[in-house]
Amino acid sequence: MKILVPVKRVVDYNVKVRVKADGTGVDLANVKMSMNPFDEIAIEEAVRLKEAGIATEVIAVSCGVAACQETLRTAMAIGADRGILVETDVDLQPLAVAKLLQALCAKEQPQIVICGKQAIDDDANQTGQMLAALQNWPQATFASKVVLANGKATVTREIDGGLETLEISLPAVVSTDLRLNEPRYATLPNIMKAKKKPLDTVKPADLGVDVTPRLTTLKVAEPAKRSAGIRVADVAELVNKLKNEAKVI
Amino acid sequence: MAILVIAEHDNTALKAATLNTVAAAQKIGGDIHLLVAGSNCSAAAQEAATLNGVSLVKVADAAHYQNQTAENLTALVIANAAGYSHILAPATTFGKNLAPRIAALLDVAQISEITGVESADTFVRPIYAGNALATVKSADQTKVITVRSTAFDAVNRENAAKIDSISPAADTAQSTLTNRELTKSERPELGAAKIIVSGGRGLGSGENYHTLLEPLADKLGAALGASRAAVDAGFVPNDYQVGQTGKIVAPQLYIAVGISGAIQHLAGMKESKVIVAINKDPDAPIFQVADYGLVADLFETVPALVAAV
Ligand SMILES: Cc1cc2nc3c(=O)[nH]c(=O)nc-3n(C[C@H](O)[C@H](O)[C@H](O)COP(=O)(O)OP(=O)(O)OC[C@H]3O[C@@H](n4cnc5c(N)ncnc54)[C@H](O)[C@@H]3O)c2cc1C
Ligand SMILES: Nc1ncnc2c1ncn2[C@@H]1O[C@H](COP(=O)(O)O)[C@@H](O)[C@H]1O
Repeated sequence: MKILVPVKRVVDYNVKVRVKADGTGVDLANVKMSMNPFDEIAIEEAVRLKEAGIATEVIAVSCGVAACQETLRTAMAIGADRGILVETDVDLQPLAVAKLLQALCAKEQPQIVICGKQAIDDDANQTGQMLAALQNWPQATFASKVVLANGKATVTREIDGGLETLEISLPAVVSTDLRLNEPRYATLPNIMKAKKKPLDTVKPADLGVDVTPRLTTLKVAEPAKRSAGIRVADVAELVNKLKNEAKVI
Repeated sequence: MAILVIAEHDNTALKAATLNTVAAAQKIGGDIHLLVAGSNCSAAAQEAATLNGVSLVKVADAAHYQNQTAENLTALVIANAAGYSHILAPATTFGKNLAPRIAALLDVAQISEITGVESADTFVRPIYAGNALATVKSADQTKVITVRSTAFDAVNRENAAKIDSISPAADTAQSTLTNRELTKSERPELGAAKIIVSGGRGLGSGENYHTLLEPLADKLGAALGASRAAVDAGFVPNDYQVGQTGKIVAPQLYIAVGISGAIQHLAGMKESKVIVAINKDPDAPIFQVADYGLVADLFETVPALVAAV
């Protein structure tokens, strides 16, 4: 079976972004970009399924600017077999990405799409669920364990109250949570090999998808800053402050 | 203009976040209908009718809504979506699982985790782990929205709204729940607690976490939380995690013990009214958001704190 893994190029998770002074967005000039951490987990899971002989091919897909090629190369260095770049300069929103992935699913016929639960830039947490809906496939979001057997996926999900396990028929969409696995580091030989793996580029128009944004960002602002607090010397002072100044205990 | 709010419940009682979601609907303005889909869920429907601001409770009672799967709930909402300008769900794992599926079938964008309502089509939402706040305007006919509960005060329960029963949609049979392990606790729910005691990797082990933090939480009537590192290391279950990808909390008092204060953790707790940090590293970033910082060894400090409060 084929596995499709969408991977997004985002600001590295260690970077604390700054809002631009004119309020039009965040400053991304010279900021380190990486693969969305949840997508690294998704690629790792897909590669493990291939190594276990369950999957036959792992295809990484990234939608966005030309530089997303780097993200695809990283995915291939972890073990994806090939990459597809859907190239556009349009600021893509989850619905548009879901439609692009839907078009690629029609072409590639994967049995399972493993995506990240959320991109750490837009914090949307939507794309996988939207793709599942468009395909009329079942979904299992926030996965911490995935077992594929007999045309079914058994997925343990991290939910607010604890854990639950769903059994869904394939094809399906699974989205990854943090504890699904620990992605391997790409080794130098694998990074070199990844450079030779096939990478196709298509445009949204080739896929017949209209990616016009539905949401307009009117402004981006800095959140209210917390006023600097104080250091207390010991437990007695802390308790005193909490009781008499903050009055919270 | 009418707004459909999707209630989160366990068939017997509403989840607290539903009350905050109705509050967000009130800010948008318009007639508010609450959808309760479940199995033998009349108790939840009765409770739903008491929420202020709700004019009508719509109940779909069928066995295939027992476990609230996204596939079945989506089919139901789509069959009943006509006439609604907005469809709202709480930004909990329940709502996040469901709302995008509904939006995609309506061919509209979903607006995630709003923290403010500017007008009927313009909303504020955090991006980049809360390091920026975006004001976004929707051009879609129907607005599908999830609501961050900490940003809206829960509505009161002094109402007696009408309850209508609606017909269930067909069972999609795409998904079967085989197991659910809910963490049992006598303590308040993280999302609704007034005080939270939260522990990080600094505690060193699950045993330390329990022997040190539980007595403190007991004394303060607090809920227990954790950093991702503490969850990953197996000190506590996943549903304790506070942060960008865990729970977003805003209690009156948040006590961070042995937590460094990574961006992703701060994203989940920096709206707390009062923050206390106990950490032996004076340069730990948690001190940048703490109202009261105590640079000290937690193994000595926490027992002393238990004795002093
Ligand atoms: C995609 C992504 C999502 C993430 N989401 C989340 C999230 O939702 N929530 C979250 O919390 N993290 C999240 N993280 C992880 C986050 O980046 C940090 O790794 C994590 O928060 C660190 O946890 P910690 O503070 O417990 O551990 P550490 O950073 O290791 O800090 C431990 C602290 O304990 C202190 N300490 C040690 N011993 C003592 C002692 N005896 N007395 C007092 N202090 C002591 C140390 O000084 C240190 O500051 C995410 C990361 C990624 C990449
Ligand atoms: N532009 C993109 N290219 C490839 N994958 C994406 C893109 N946007 C979102 N995704 C996938 O969808 C997941 C959820 O993203 P989001 O809905 O934006 O939070 C990500 O973790 C990716 O797996």
